[in-house]
Parts: sequence; C-alpha cells; structure tokens
Amino acid sequence: MADTKDHAGTPGSGRPEPGSGRPGRVRYTATTLLRPFVDYRRLAWLWVRAFAQYPLSLVLMSLAVTVSVLTQVGAVVILFGHAGALAGFSVMEGLLVFGLASSAFGIADMFAGSVERLGNHIRSGTLDAMLIRPVSPLVQVAADEFSPRRLGKVVPALAILGVALSEVDVEWSAAKVGLPVLMVLSGTLICAAIWVITGCLQFFVADAREAANSLTYGGQALTEYPIAIYGQEVVRSVTYVVPLAFISWQPALLVLDRPDPLGMPEQLRYLGPVVAVLLCLCAALTWRFGLRHYRSTGS
Amino acid sequence: MTPNETLHRETPGEPIIEAVGLGRDFVLSEGPFLRRTRRRVSAVGDVTFTVRAGEIVGYLGPNGAGKSSTMKMLTGILTPTSGTVRVAGLEPARRRTRLAAEIGVVFGQRTTLWWDLPLRDSLSLTRHLYRVPEREHAERLAELTELLELGPFLDTPVRQLSLGQRMRGDLTAALLHAPRLLVLDEPTIGLDVVSKSTIREFLLRTNAERGTTILITTHDLGDVERLCDRVMVIDHGRLVFDGDLPELRATVPVPRVLVVDLAAPAPRIEVPGAHAVRVEGPRQWLELRDNPARVIAEVAGDHEVVDLTLREPDIETVVSSLYRGTVSVERADGS
Amino acid sequence: MRVHFAVYARGLRRHSTYRAALVAGLITNSVFGAINAMVLLAVFSARPQINGYDASDAVTQVFVGQMLIAVTMIVNTGPSLDLAERIRTGEVANDLLRPVSLQGWCLSQDLGRATCGFLFRGVPTFLVGVVLFDVVAPYEIAGALAFSTSVVLAALVGFALRYLYSLCGFWMLDSRGVWAVAGLVGPILAGMILPLPLFPPAIGDLLRLLPWASMVQIPAEILLGKESLPGGGILSGLALQALWAAVLLGLGAWITATATRRVVIQGG
Repeated sequence: MADTKDHAGTPGSGRPEPGSGRPGRVRYTATTLLRPFVDYRRLAWLWVRAFAQYPLSLVLMSLAVTVSVLTQVGAVVILFGHAGALAGFSVMEGLLVFGLASSAFGIADMFAGSVERLGNHIRSGTLDAMLIRPVSPLVQVAADEFSPRRLGKVVPALAILGVALSEVDVEWSAAKVGLPVLMVLSGTLICAAIWVITGCLQFFVADAREAANSLTYGGQALTEYPIAIYGQEVVRSVTYVVPLAFISWQPALLVLDRPDPLGMPEQLRYLGPVVAVLLCLCAALTWRFGLRHYRSTGS
Repeated sequence: MTPNETLHRETPGEPIIEAVGLGRDFVLSEGPFLRRTRRRVSAVGDVTFTVRAGEIVGYLGPNGAGKSSTMKMLTGILTPTSGTVRVAGLEPARRRTRLAAEIGVVFGQRTTLWWDLPLRDSLSLTRHLYRVPEREHAERLAELTELLELGPFLDTPVRQLSLGQRMRGDLTAALLHAPRLLVLDEPTIGLDVVSKSTIREFLLRTNAERGTTILITTHDLGDVERLCDRVMVIDHGRLVFDGDLPELRATVPVPRVLVVDLAAPAPRIEVPGAHAVRVEGPRQWLELRDNPARVIAEVAGDHEVVDLTLREPDIETVVSSLYRGTVSVERADGS
Repeated sequence: MRVHFAVYARGLRRHSTYRAALVAGLITNSVFGAINAMVLLAVFSARPQINGYDASDAVTQVFVGQMLIAVTMIVNTGPSLDLAERIRTGEVANDLLRPVSLQGWCLSQDLGRATCGFLFRGVPTFLVGVVLFDVVAPYEIAGALAFSTSVVLAALVGFALRYLYSLCGFWMLDSRGVWAVAGLVGPILAGMILPLPLFPPAIGDLLRLLPWASMVQIPAEILLGKESLPGGGILSGLALQALWAAVLLGLGAWITATATRRVVIQGG
C-alpha cells in the first residue's frame, strides 16, 4: 500500500480538510445525508441490469402486474356499476380512491417492498454480509431485488389517478394542483413505513412474513375502496391505530371537499404529511431496535 | 462518523485488534410454547488476545467452538456481552459502518458478488459503496487483476465462474478499498489444489507487500501451515492456545516419530527413549521420548538400517489433540 | 400405491410442523376474506340480488376462496412446487430415475401438503367467516359430501396446473414469469377477486368453463347448490371439475414423457 497516502480509499477521502470552513462543512453534511439515496440508486440499478438478463420473464412479470391492476380497476367499475354508489362515492370518485391507494402502495412496494424478505436474509446469512459494508443495511435490504416490473403497477395506477382527478367534479385552483402530488408522496411514505415496521417483525419472529402481509397487502386491499363502507370501528382503527386512512380516504375527502360521512373530525384530512413523517420516524426507530436485537442475538 | 476524524494508521507491530475479556452469551428458548424455558449459554467466554499489524493469524477451533461469534464481534455484527474489543482503533459494535471501510471480509461459503452480472460490475459497485476515488480504484483493480489472473473472466457473469474463480473475485472485492485488516472465513473451502495454492500465494504477497493484517478461520490446516505466523485455538468458547506453530507443537505432547526402514523385517523395536508403535514389514514407526541421535545410534547398533526419516507431528494432529485433550500417535505420520 | 401413500404421509407430516406459518396464513386469509366480504356486503346492501347471488352467497364464496388458497396455492406469484426449483437446478434428472412417475410422486407430496393446509389453515379460515359473517356452511350430509368431493377435485386441478407451470422450466431458462402471470391472473379467472356472477353474464359463463373456475367458483356454487353451475346442477359441476383434473393431469403426464426424452437425449 502506498504509505504516502495514509487514508487512501477510506470514506474519509474526499472530505474537507479540517478548517476548510463552512461551505465545506455544508457540502459534507449534504453528501452524508444524500448517501443512502445514492447507494440505493447504485444497488437498484445493478438489480435492474440483473433482471434484464431474463427479458422474457421480466416482460411476463410486468404484464402480469399490469393485467392484475387493470382487473382490479375492472372490479371497482363492476362493483360501483352494480351498486350505483358506495359510501356516497360515484364510480369516478371511487377510482380516485383506488388510484391514490394503488399509486402509493405501488411506489412504496417498488422502493421498500423487499424489506418483507428480511427473514430470508437472516436465515441465509446475507444480512451479516450487508452489515460489514459501509452502507445502511436498511438501504441494502430495501434495494434487494429491485425490479422494474413493479412499474407495471405504478404506471397504470398513476394513469387511473390522473383520469379520475380530471373527471371528478372539483374546482381546480392553483393551490389545489400541487395537492395530488403531496398526497401520493405522503401516502407512499406511510405505506413504506408500514412495510418496514412489519418487516422488522422478522427480527423477532422468523415466520412473521405472511402475517405481516395481512397488514401490507391487506392494507392495500382495504384502502382501495372508500373505507366508510367498512363501518365505524374499522375506520376508527385504521385512523388512530394503523393510519391507513391517510393513504387514500382522507386525501380523497380533501380533494372532493366532502364532509366525512362518519362524522370524524374534518381536520384529519390535512394531517396526511404529518402522519407520514411521524410514521417514518417510527419505522426508523423500529428498524434500529430490531437491528439492535439481531446484533445481540445473532439469530 | 465525524467529518474531521483521522484514524491513526498502525505501523507494523502495533496492535490492530485488542480483545480483553471478550464474551458473548446467548439466551436459548427451549421446549413447547407455553412451557418454554430459558437458558443462558456462553458462546464465547472471556477471550483475551492482541493481533499486531502485519501478522497473519490463524483462528482455529471445531464447529460451534465460538469462532464465528468472535469474528462477528470483531466485525461489529454482534455486540459483546462482556469485555472490550478494539479493531483498527474503533469499537466495532458502536462504529460498525466506519470500521467497514478499514476491514475486508470474505465468507468462503457465500459470495457477495452479483450472480447474474459480469464480475466487473460487482467490483465497480464496491468502488462506489466504499467511496474509493476512481483513479485509485483503477490502479488497484489492475494490480489485483494481474496478481489473481482475473483478466480472462472479468466480463463473465459470476454464475458461470468456477468456485476458485469466484473466490478470487470475492477476494478482489474485499481488497479494493485497501483495508488494513482482512478477515477470511474458510477462504479455501471446496477449492482444488491449484486454486488453493494460488490464493495462499496471493495472501502471502498481500501481507508482505502491503502489510495487510490477515485473520483467517479455516478447517484446512494446509492454510495454517502455509500462511500463519501465529495460531489461536478456541474450544468451548475459550482460548486454549495462542502462539506460533513450533510453540504449538511444543505445548501439546505429541511425540515426534522416527520412521526406520530396516534391511529385513524384525521384531518390534524397544530401545531406551523410543518404542515402535507400528510395524509394517521392514518398516517401523518409533515414538520418540528422547534425543533422536541417541535413539538412532541405539537402533543402528542392533539392526541394519536402510533409511531413516524424522517426522514432526503435523498441525492437524496437534490441534485435534488440543480439542480432545488426548494424543493419538497413529495419526502423527499422516496415515 | 404404497410408495405414493408414504410420500403423501411425508408431505403431510412435513407441513404440519410449520405451525407458525399455518397460523400466519390463517390470519392473512381471514383478513383478506373479511375485507373482500365487507366490500361485497356494501354492494349488496345497495342491490340485494345480482345475477342470482345475494349477500350471503357472495360472502360464502369469498370464504370458500380463502379456505381453498391453502389447498390450490392459487395466489402464489412465485414457484409453489419444489419441482420448479429442481428443474432449474437440474436435480430433476435424479427424480426421473425413480421407479415411480414424476407426476405421481409430486402429486402425492402436494396432496399431503394440501391436506394439512386444508385442515389447519383452510377450515379455521372458513370458521372465522362463519363466526363473523353470514357464511353458508354445509349442514346436510349430501351437501357436505358433494362439497368435500369438489374440494378434492379442486386440489387435483390446482396441482395439475402448477405442475404444468413448473414444466415450463424445461423450455425456459427462467420460469418466474410464468408463475407471476399464473398467480396474478389465475385468481381473477377463478372468481376469487370477484364472484363470477358479478361479471357480465356472457363473460361469467365463459370463465366458469375454464380450469381456474374449478378452484373457487365451481366449489362455491356446489356448496351453495346453485343452478348457475355449468350443466345446471351439482353433479354436472363435479363432472366438469373431474374432466379438467383428468385432462390437465393427462397433459402433464404427456409433457413429462416428452421432457424426459429431452433430458435423456441431452445426457441429464
């Protein structure tokens, strides 16, 4: 090793020299904060290229996902067609709820869905291999098997959302135009956080994966319809216990400017982003806690 | 990591790993769900050792002796329950991510390379994850490519590589960020003789030229004899030996064996300071308790000797007798 | 036959040891059942009769579907037969050397798994439905017998289809795509996402005739004693299931023979 370059190759290289002043410090902080995202992108891109080695499977999988989203849309249309309206929502309003839920869920699944395979990583020892890299293991677990096939869900879901937004009876003001983006973003964060939290169960219970699915995929199934149809108790619990209501239901009430059919507080509909941030915080803590547990049991 | 942190880089001979009273307990839950009982078992108990920069240390022990738990504590994967450990000046459990940049780890039974992609892609990912400047990466990759002869398969998908090629790839990936400490877990497992020797030569060179400290666990005692200046043996979570190879041989009373080829078959030899433990036609194996020269003189006085060889006990016999606390002479000549 | 029974028993024993997985599956199936049921109840409260189905029929079908997941593995989007992995790694060459047919071997093993899944995961899921919703349970002997037969036939059809998906691995480098399509599209065709009576009648009647309907829609209608069954009655419904089981298993046997010749020619 070149003895002249003392710290060659350590993450420290490229850092500002001590005393290089505030701008260097700011740049340093920025790169540190962005690191997980940069690492994620690198890992995800390699996975995309790995999947591209099997183009037929990739195409089939993407198509299958698209077909399944479109049939779910079909199911929404058929059900609203039979019933006329559900919870006071018309077909298009129903599709707005569906579009919000499946966009948020689809994007979260694309970026963080792999966390549900945590148990496999623990059993096969790949988690240990992740822990000896200078990259957050959460980033590595989430980027694992990142597949472009999930776009097969996200794209049609966003399209449905777009169509529904343009068809529903809403006065679009300048302030309201940014709203859908914010809603999808906070919905995505909520879904991703739930994914991470339920995934962390596998730190403690090896076979928790399928039970966790009842919260993740079950949560998606639940939020694809106006949740007022499930009755008061369900709505209360998915508002105050597991905040699924902030993925599609409260945002839809906000966009449509409609009173809550169950008489819940009107302010709730503005809380989506706050809930999202709190839940992400909660997910980060759960991950830390789970990882600490893992590192003190080694199993 | 704090921005202005500068790590002291050890000069050869300075400690790079310091473990003091290191221990790790596990809580085992047993029995059916409701009548589950909890039991504390110690995987590693009170282990103290120092590894100095530039050493190649073999860490040996039977399966379940606490080897992998120790390795996990050194790399920061596992938090110790007692004692302290410092690796490259850092406390592994608290500074795992920072430490990762200073050490390279290879698990022989598990590749970290991208299965479906060319080897080159996995290696350039390492550059990004470890933040190695591009020029340094290129230089190092060129050097490692030459030393490990990666050239012919750098662009081959990893799934098509042989086990030996894959191990060379894994070693490269672990060394591209120029770690000071290389931790190897069974690096030659399942490899053919040629691949084993390529890898051993390479490790010796890396150690000699770059001063990389190497800690190696292995069941292949060829690795130990060829590579290690020093051996630590762990059994039942305790360090039962720490020293160099001659010392290890001296510690355990495995006697040397003198193999004598006589001109004609003879009765079992029994002389002062030695006795035959095995007879096969004209060849006899004598277990030495005394100075070989005296024994040879004695034997040559009574018999016509055609040939003589003095065999040092091989390390496998010594280590396994350490594990068991018994000595078996039959194994000493490698039969 | 004795070999098959031994393999069956082994499959059953092996899966009954995955207790935590069985409980987890039970929770998941119940949650999904409850969500689907509540959506359908909302629809039926707006319109009590849709193409001969009422709320209780729809909810019953939902829980029949959830109960049979553990039997037919219809919703799995990844390989759900060991065979798929064994074909990918080439280990299948050893399996083909056995004196029993590959399909018979796999079938016995899978029926063992299905039996265990039905008893410890399927039936409890259905009971959750009975407790929480107005689910119709088979109370008469004749009905129970017909429904049990239908479940066995559904298991056969479910196996035969997954066996065929696995065999794709002989011709494709990677059969994950096939499994994904099957796991995502199969449940729709089977009447699991929506009961087929809710589809436009022409589509619903067509889908009933396809093999996937024999895994959810037909068993549900047999339990409910519906005249909308192909042929108009319980017996013709069972006959359709049996026909599909025979056709698909026959197809599987034929393709296995073809694939075996291929493997033998390639020298393993």
